[in-house]
Amino acid sequence: MSQILLDVKDLHAGIEGKEILKGINLTINEGEVHAIMGPNGSGKSTLSGVLAGDPRFNVSSGSATFHGTDLLALSPEDRSHEGLFLSFQYPVEIPGVSMVNFMRAAVNAKRKYLHEPDLSASEFLKLMRQKRAVVGLDNKLASRSVNEGFSGGEKKRNEIFQMAVLEPRLSILDETDSGLDIDALRTVAEGVNTLRTEHNSTIVITHYQRLLDYIKPDFVHILYKGRIVYSGGPELALELEEKGYDWIKEQVDAQQ
Amino acid sequence: MKTLKQLTTTTLKMNQNNLQNDCPLHKQPDAPQSGGITDETHDEVINRVTNEGYKYGFTTDVDTDIIPRGISEEVVRLISKKKGEPEWLLEFRLKAYRHWLTLDMPDWAHLKIPPINYQDISYYAAPKTKEAPKSLDEVDPKVLETFDKLGIPLEEQKLLSGMAVDAVMDSVSVRTTHREALAERGIIFCSFSEAVRDYPELVKRYLGSVVSYRDNFFAALNSAVFSDGSFVYIPKGVRCPMELSTYFRINAAGTGQFERTLIVADDDAYVSYLEGCTAPMRDENQLHAAIVEIVVEDRAEVKYSTVQNWYAGDEHGRGGVYNFVTKRGLCRGDYSKLSWTQVETGSAITWKYPSCVLAGEGAVGEFYSVAVTRNYQQADTGTKMIHLGRNTRSTIISKGISAGHSENSYRGLVKIAPNADGCRNYTQCDSLLLSSTCGAHTFPYVDVLNDTAVVEHEATTSKISEDQLFYCNQRGIPTEEAIGLIVNGYAREVMNKLPMEFAVEAQKLLALTLDNSVG
Repeated sequence: MSQILLDVKDLHAGIEGKEILKGINLTINEGEVHAIMGPNGSGKSTLSGVLAGDPRFNVSSGSATFHGTDLLALSPEDRSHEGLFLSFQYPVEIPGVSMVNFMRAAVNAKRKYLHEPDLSASEFLKLMRQKRAVVGLDNKLASRSVNEGFSGGEKKRNEIFQMAVLEPRLSILDETDSGLDIDALRTVAEGVNTLRTEHNSTIVITHYQRLLDYIKPDFVHILYKGRIVYSGGPELALELEEKGYDWIKEQVDAQQ
Repeated sequence: MKTLKQLTTTTLKMNQNNLQNDCPLHKQPDAPQSGGITDETHDEVINRVTNEGYKYGFTTDVDTDIIPRGISEEVVRLISKKKGEPEWLLEFRLKAYRHWLTLDMPDWAHLKIPPINYQDISYYAAPKTKEAPKSLDEVDPKVLETFDKLGIPLEEQKLLSGMAVDAVMDSVSVRTTHREALAERGIIFCSFSEAVRDYPELVKRYLGSVVSYRDNFFAALNSAVFSDGSFVYIPKGVRCPMELSTYFRINAAGTGQFERTLIVADDDAYVSYLEGCTAPMRDENQLHAAIVEIVVEDRAEVKYSTVQNWYAGDEHGRGGVYNFVTKRGLCRGDYSKLSWTQVETGSAITWKYPSCVLAGEGAVGEFYSVAVTRNYQQADTGTKMIHLGRNTRSTIISKGISAGHSENSYRGLVKIAPNADGCRNYTQCDSLLLSSTCGAHTFPYVDVLNDTAVVEHEATTSKISEDQLFYCNQRGIPTEEAIGLIVNGYAREVMNKLPMEFAVEAQKLLALTLDNSVG
């Protein structure tokens, strides 16, 4: 039996007093890939932000349990240390801070949390080299500033590289496919697939079926107006691609 | 490609309204649970981090010779007498003093300077020793301890190899290390007083040749009452094999510090010089008015780096050092080069414009500056690049970082003389704001009198964004450390110019927290 990794119950959350998530229920077991799809404004990015602890969002009720821990009680950095990773839809630029320094700070912060000593410079550089290979990122990246002047594809690849280094238990890929051409999409997806094990899980947030051709989901959920209104297997994504979201919208709106 | 700029003045000010609204940053949203459950908001962490204490604020109880407070011709004579100076130097002091009497304190800077009672300051303080100490055994152990505590060991074997140190406590040079090793190459590195005694001709030739006592109010005051400082002479063709460093420490209460540094790099010489400074925490304000003069001859190069960390006053703006400094270099020789790098984090008030007079053909002047102000600190700092020679070039990179209720101004002048053909200047002024109650201002003056010049100016203003902090947090980096990373990243262009020994200390200062892993 696989273990429950993330258990979200009746989660309500919003921004500046406006409720966006209106009762999310979601259970993810170890080793599973879940796709969350839905039209614009349905709350997909809010969900990923709330799970990662983005301070802009307020949780009003509900719970999220991450391998037995109360996720919502943790600071964003502790959520990271506990194994939650968010691949940002819009990775942030930090001028003047090299990727090497940034990742070293990240890796050593996690080791400190786990009461492990800092990695030595040579151990760390070895780790960087190994993980770079996973996403085919070139050497020059290390000396460049975090995301500064990166192309859209490089930014997303850089997110997956960071994911490889931090070895999360749960990765949330927030619209990782947006702004990618087909080749970049394939590289990023290959990176994600390489990192898959039977213990870690992935939430893929996307508008389109395209990414799911490369990252095969076990479950597909449709988020609409702040609720998961429909769940199914991989075939649901194909159905959406064909029919669009209107039939879902009509069904849900009729019920209301 | 040619860009000509006339005088421009820009002033940026963030949200002054917040000053009345007592700490709006601390208001938490009403929601029962916030998405990121932390006890502090990012703004609160920034406030706390930028409020941290000063670790060099201790005093040392040493037997000190202090003359009574007040300034007069008698005091000037007394200082000269105590130092056993020759007549010509006393004359120089007296001329400066008489000129100072005719001047008023400059008031053009963007600074609020409370009235200073010049009669309430003691102009000479020295740790008591018999004459100048010949060996370490003759220095008061407490003085040695003080420098040890500051991380400046004066015992040669303990010193970082590759650095010679002149330690100045209050008005007097305590000890200069590695002197013999330098002397073998003909390099002179000693206290100013010793230079007056041992190399009077050199001092006489260069003293006041770059910064005249007529230059400004504080230069005149310094020229009248200066007590000690460092003297460096690098002979023709000699590359100084180690970094030279002076460490200034104000200790005694109620005193001012007035030191002078004179550096001469003869033809084809090279030297890298570092200056560091700290002072105890005191409720009163202390005055520091220094002069640095640098002469750079043909093809010679001088790098001058400063990490200025005088006591800045407490979080209510009480106490702190008034730092009024005149620093100027004369690139007299053809193809000479002078590079100023400064990391300014201390002082209640800073008034300082390290400048380059580019007289020789093809001379190069550089100014790299990071100025951090927090709490109620005020800084008005920048540079002057005076292009007199043909094909002279200058670069100005200024990074201001303001927090709390501080005021941080860049003030700079780029002047191209009528006969100076083919000159080039590039200026970049960036401001980073860490609170909504601080001010960042830029006053760039450009005066171009030759139309072959190319002068460029770029300026930006930014804040540490919530997005950047959350991105770091998500990768496991706590907010405090993230601020250190981001601030150091912002200042990287300047930090890269610092010598290794200083860079680490400066990075820590900038990160404002101690356990930062920036490397």
